Amino acid sequence: MKKILVEHLKYRYPQAAELALNDISFEAEEGEKIGVIGRNGAGKSTLCQALTGLVPHFYKGAYGGRVIVDGTEVLSSSISEIVLKVGIVFQNPFTQVTGAKETVYDEVAFGLENLGLPRGEISSRVDAALELLRIYRFKDQAPFSLSGGQTQRMAIAGIIAMRPRIIVLDEPTSQLDPQGSEEVYQALDDLSDQGLTIVLTEHKIEKIAQYCDKILVLQDGRSVAFDTPARLFSAEDSDAWGIRPPVYTSVCRKLLRPPTGVYPVTLSEAGEALANWEAST
Amino acid sequence: MISVSGLHFSYDGKTEVLSDINLDIDRRSTAIIGQNGVGKTTFIKILKGLLRPASGKVTILGEDVTQKSAAQWASVIGLVFQNPNDQIFKKTVLEETLFGPLNIKMTPKAARKRAMEALSAVGLADKTDVNPYDLNLSDKKLLCIASVLAMNTRIVIFDEPTIAQDWQGLERIKAIINSLKAQGKLIMTIVHDIDFVAECFERTVVFNEGKVLLDGDTADVFAHVDVLRQARVSQPHIAQLAELAGLRRVCLTEDEFVRAFKDYAFIQ
Repeated sequence: MKKILVEHLKYRYPQAAELALNDISFEAEEGEKIGVIGRNGAGKSTLCQALTGLVPHFYKGAYGGRVIVDGTEVLSSSISEIVLKVGIVFQNPFTQVTGAKETVYDEVAFGLENLGLPRGEISSRVDAALELLRIYRFKDQAPFSLSGGQTQRMAIAGIIAMRPRIIVLDEPTSQLDPQGSEEVYQALDDLSDQGLTIVLTEHKIEKIAQYCDKILVLQDGRSVAFDTPARLFSAEDSDAWGIRPPVYTSVCRKLLRPPTGVYPVTLSEAGEALANWEAST
Repeated sequence: MISVSGLHFSYDGKTEVLSDINLDIDRRSTAIIGQNGVGKTTFIKILKGLLRPASGKVTILGEDVTQKSAAQWASVIGLVFQNPNDQIFKKTVLEETLFGPLNIKMTPKAARKRAMEALSAVGLADKTDVNPYDLNLSDKKLLCIASVLAMNTRIVIFDEPTIAQDWQGLERIKAIINSLKAQGKLIMTIVHDIDFVAECFERTVVFNEGKVLLDGDTADVFAHVDVLRQARVSQPHIAQLAELAGLRRVCLTEDEFVRAFKDYAFIQ
């Protein structure tokens, strides 16, 4: 079963003249990491809202096509049903922190307390989430004493504790320093190894190319490409989509003509390809 | 243009946020990098006259920074804030951009001309009547840049200019910085985007634990991989590839890499 199935999704915000999403289709298997890229205003955040049901249940507006998350159709379900399947993490981790809790543990437990779960269940889920995100050692600290990367991982832990099958992250590292970003990406790798399906938007193209299994490119609300990073960034027309390839792909395009037509997209792939080039010349 | 000697600073009188900073900022565009919490923003606030040094001396264009108020320094140093919501407060894009120049006593006519030029440079000239709070984060950031450009200050400091920018926004910011450099202005930034530093800034200063860990021409600074690691700063992507490919030199741009690689492969 596909964990995410989006078919011909169309959406227009109330009072808007144009479609924010115009015939989007893509799918994701269990444990896949899907990167969504495109210019600002291309529809990335709206797509995140559509996966979590905020579009159309909260924002209303005109809606067509289907979004199915973990077997549940978004349109015919309530937000309270969808939040059990799909968790969302916002751009700025500091806005996601409640501010009402005194410790990292209590912050991560917040959502579970709202679900009214028994204390023992809450504590085992929170401990597991803290360990998975590698922040267990901070559990008694104040939430605001954490670094940016740790705070974002705490926000993710709060979501993971709810045991969703899918998590959606809208530019999760844009406010973080490089160290913090790397910590978040490694955490996402761990989560996908556990079978979670991950959808994230990101401008750091080298990170997307390294960590995602597939990339969806949006342009003016349309999906213009959906493929593996290697095939996607090797495509001749990728420049016309309003995105740039990873720097590694870009220099290799100037130096190599791979017989397969597929270019390197990560540092290690580029290093290897250039080493072979050297040998063959 | 800016001279800093023996600068110390602490917020609580106990923990030193900056300790013994000595820097002579010349005309080179300068990037200050380092992890969150190493004192970069504090340093910039001292230059801007928003915080006073605990000890040490900072002079800007030959004048002691403490001899003028922050308001007086406003016509000399422009600062683009990291978080646009800390900077924006007017009802329209045009009013926001006019505020700075009017505040430093430009005539309304000159202020309007400057504001419109600045809005064109950032690509917001068609949004003069829009409420800034209706802009998305990247446009808000571009508006903050325009507001500072409009003041036509000798020194412009950008705090994390690339946050939330897509590739096109980034290219626009690079073009603005290059044009400011061509006008002979001093450009400084504090930024995490190392690729941006490599492409746009001639000099790089690495802060670590309130001290200057490295300082020099950008290519020289990024050659010190081990020292950078100590400050948890990585090399630009293209420089990492140059190292992996065995070029034994720091490359800062794609073109530089391609040329260096061809030479290297030829000699091999």
